[in-house]
Amino acid sequence: MTAVTRPRHSIRFHSRSYHAMALAPEPPVANWLAELDAWLERSPGFFASRPIVLDLFSRKLSKSDVESLTKDLLERKIQVLGLEGADPSFAEFGLPPLLTSGVRPANAIADVPDDVNDGEPVAAPVVQRPNSLLLDSPVRSGQYIEHLQGDVIVIGSVASGAEVIAGGSIHIYGTLRGRAIAGAGDPRARIFCRKLEAELLAIDGLYMTADDMEPQFRGRSVRVWLDGNTVMMTAQD
Amino acid sequence: MAKVLVVTSGKGGVGKTTSTAALGVALAKGGKNVVLVDFDVGLRNLDLVMGAERRVVYDLINVVQGDAKLAQALIRDKRIQTLSLLPASQTRDKDALTDEGVARVIAELKEKFDWIICDSPAGIERGATLAMRHADVAIVVTNPEVSSVRDSDRIIGLLDSKTEKAERGEHMDKHLLLTRYDAARAERGEMLKVEDVLEILSIPLLGIIPESEEVLRASNVGAPVTLSDTPSAPARAYLDAARRLNGEALEMTVPSDRKGLFGKLFGRRAA
Repeated sequence: MTAVTRPRHSIRFHSRSYHAMALAPEPPVANWLAELDAWLERSPGFFASRPIVLDLFSRKLSKSDVESLTKDLLERKIQVLGLEGADPSFAEFGLPPLLTSGVRPANAIADVPDDVNDGEPVAAPVVQRPNSLLLDSPVRSGQYIEHLQGDVIVIGSVASGAEVIAGGSIHIYGTLRGRAIAGAGDPRARIFCRKLEAELLAIDGLYMTADDMEPQFRGRSVRVWLDGNTVMMTAQD
Repeated sequence: MAKVLVVTSGKGGVGKTTSTAALGVALAKGGKNVVLVDFDVGLRNLDLVMGAERRVVYDLINVVQGDAKLAQALIRDKRIQTLSLLPASQTRDKDALTDEGVARVIAELKEKFDWIICDSPAGIERGATLAMRHADVAIVVTNPEVSSVRDSDRIIGLLDSKTEKAERGEHMDKHLLLTRYDAARAERGEMLKVEDVLEILSIPLLGIIPESEEVLRASNVGAPVTLSDTPSAPARAYLDAARRLNGEALEMTVPSDRKGLFGKLFGRRAA
């Protein structure tokens, strides 16, 4: 009997999300660089070895501007790993790759002036279809569920040592014993669970550990939301 | 149809090897052809628990690497004709196990035996993942305490993702074997109750093995508890679990050794 085996060295692809700092340069570039230098003098090494993305949503910089800017930044030990909001024609070997799926804080979008749209149509905001992730089985210890495009619904329990991360809300029709991290970028997200035994709860970056939770909610059906900078909790039973 | 059964737990010291031996003996006593495979390369114990440590010549690694034939490495039990053991190597480590080699050995064993019981090492690394890789059924051995339960939960996640069966999109049968259970202590809240463990792990219960001195004694003399003609409480629990594995529906009980008056009066013998 022969056993069928797969090739041992397969190439693995993963899609991952990372946090990066976005720099928004303004023309004239020379002045902006001078300001940056002054700033770096006060906080030397602030950008060193951090992932930096250039925010070009204002569409004020030309391709050659960006080309020389990335070199100037490199001299200051700032390495640009991608361009955001750039004209599609910037997609060229030699320039950092174009990034599209960045989550921007909502208030920053208001800064974009309408009149600088020099002929090039800005891509219409993509209307997101309802996109929730439904899990039929319990989430086991050590498992990591990430769904940044919408809600996560778990039919079953989330074990101690498991982690669920959602761009939207998290709904758990079972006991939540692990970590639930909702609303990556959305303060309106909520967490619902049938029975609260959680190790950690977070909404839009504000978190609460088991120690911070009121003991009266332990073991109960609970709803969690954000009120300003406070994580709020109420029993549903 | 041969079935490959993995006995696993994540956490060490919960009773994987003891349970492998006891269930193997129980299944073989029922007339099945059973082989026990020790995957704990480098820390082999199953040969001791089976009382076969003085008969090991070749081991799993020799067979995996093609240095010995399977028939040379298999040790037949002297007490039960239908029971065999494939020992692990004590001098090598888990890196000596290859994917292809293990697949070949399991395929060969499937032609000879009804039950292939793989005793997994503790942990979630190579040895443990290879032991579960080809399994059709899994027994998750758990003690009624929180760390063991969480590790078991982790292992269940791996059983549902890293095994061949899971990768083919099929359902892996998983059974919970709760060992070292003490009903009185659970009632006092000193250990988790059966319901608590079942609620967390949500897999079907195969058996509850009561805490007993008999188990340690059996391991030390190399005679699994189920071998005895007058079965003790843990032996009865293992025998029931083996019958459930064969598809019988039995009522779940926690066997106990009730001591009579004389047992209480003469409980221990003076040294």
